[in-house]
Amino acid sequence: MGVGGGMKVSCVVNGKARAVDGVWEGESLLYMLRERFGLYGSKNACEQGECGSCSVYLDGTLVCACLVQAGQANGRSVVTVEGLDGGTVQQAFVEAGAVQCGFCTPGLVVAAHDLLERMPHPTDAQIREALAGNICRCTGYAKILDAVHRAAGSG
Amino acid sequence: MQFLQPATWSEALAMKAANPEATPIAGGTDVMVEINLDHRRPTSILDLTRIRELGEWGPVDGMLRIGAGVTYTRLIDELGDRLPGLAMASRTVGSPQIRNRGTVGGNLGTASPAGDALPPLLASDAWVELASKAGTRHVSVREFFTGPKRNAMRKDELIAAFLVQPAPGPQQFSKVGTRNAMVIAVCSFALSIDPGHRRVGTGIGSAGPTPLRAVAAENFIQGELDWEGRRPVSGATLNRFGKLVAEAAKPIDDVRGTAAYRRHALAVLARRCLSWAWGAA
Ligand SMILES: Cc1cc2nc3c(=O)[nH]c(=O)nc-3n(C[C@H](O)[C@H](O)[C@H](O)COP(=O)(O)OP(=O)(O)OC[C@H]3O[C@@H](n4cnc5c(N)ncnc54)[C@H](O)[C@@H]3O)c2cc1C
Ligand code: FES
Ligand code: FES
Repeated sequence: MGVGGGMKVSCVVNGKARAVDGVWEGESLLYMLRERFGLYGSKNACEQGECGSCSVYLDGTLVCACLVQAGQANGRSVVTVEGLDGGTVQQAFVEAGAVQCGFCTPGLVVAAHDLLERMPHPTDAQIREALAGNICRCTGYAKILDAVHRAAGSG
Repeated sequence: MQFLQPATWSEALAMKAANPEATPIAGGTDVMVEINLDHRRPTSILDLTRIRELGEWGPVDGMLRIGAGVTYTRLIDELGDRLPGLAMASRTVGSPQIRNRGTVGGNLGTASPAGDALPPLLASDAWVELASKAGTRHVSVREFFTGPKRNAMRKDELIAAFLVQPAPGPQQFSKVGTRNAMVIAVCSFALSIDPGHRRVGTGIGSAGPTPLRAVAAENFIQGELDWEGRRPVSGATLNRFGKLVAEAAKPIDDVRGTAAYRRHALAVLARRCLSWAWGAA
């Protein structure tokens, strides 16, 4: 711990090595991504794992960035919506009309990407289960289901 | 706040001995919520995610020893066939994001009466392996929960693993919530049948200060089941079993449900779990 507190965190974000000093020990990966790395794609809504708008990959695993303590990302690789190879999913969301205010969209795009990596042709039930941790207050979800089917090439 | 990040298990135990107040963090799905919402300000955090052993599992003397850091997702994928009851409960935890991070060690650490992994561990008579610099001890999960969000772990100890028998027979888990995903249980019930020893284990969640066993219900049903002929359980026996499970609960009225509703729902869950499980025995 340096003067004035805080710790150093080094990790790879979207393929690029990043390091910051003075990170508060209770800080979340989400705060670090947004406020220290300027990556505002991952949204901050509930900070309690309920909404999924902060979904990112940590070493290839889908997680809520708000529940990862910043130091836990030390030496790990993080992929946010900005660095995602998610063009197909994003385009499908646009075409299906699955975006209204857009606040939930980055998290949903990352979670849908993760689903399609694991299950290239999910059923409605599988999509609902996989996206249960992502809340959307606008669309009513029907168009989000359409978008995922479309991205899977079956819509 | 201090951040401790041991690379090995022995380092973790040494750090815990030197900093008994340190808050361990695994998946962070309980700890980070408390920090983010300012409900908890630990003096120091001990990150356990670097310790390889905590993520390992394997057979030990006929039991399965499962590291405290194995996530729900891995339990479902890797152990679903050997521990079907615990896997069913794990599938009801949160969302994929939560199951990818959350661990049974963390569920035991939090020791909430609503912890979904806990009723299946009670029903299958699991053991918790606690370790400190001074040594290792095993505590029966039946003695592990000492009060609401309290457990038998000492300040210098960490949870290394839990030990459980691979399912000796059918197991079931059932949970009542306001929707199908992302809910804290209103109440839950776990059942494990061991035909070889003619034993039945139970676990009740979210209906008391701690997860509970329904001992009278276990004793009753062990004597009633037709272990030889495997005849179906009669309606009267199912009802009596359900009633004894409901009587073993110690529920309260809270925002999620009333005590009366919980008792009623538990009787229903117990009857269903028993008929499903016995049908598969
Ligand atoms: C959105 C959301 C939904 C949820 N849904 C559910 C649900 O449906 N069912 C359910 O049961 N829970 C649920 N939870 C709670 C939580 O996910 C579980 O309790 C989980 O098992 C905690 O595991 P963790 O590894 O994240 O624990 P952490 O948050 O890292 O730790 C939890 C506690 O255990 C201690 N601890 C962790 N590991 C150890 C160890 N090895 N030794 C000693 N102490 C340790 C910590 O100090 C802390 O007190 C939910 C949480 C969120 C945020
Ligand atoms: S901000 Fe992380 S889940 Fe809501
Ligand atoms: S589009 Fe507004 S929250 Fe989903």
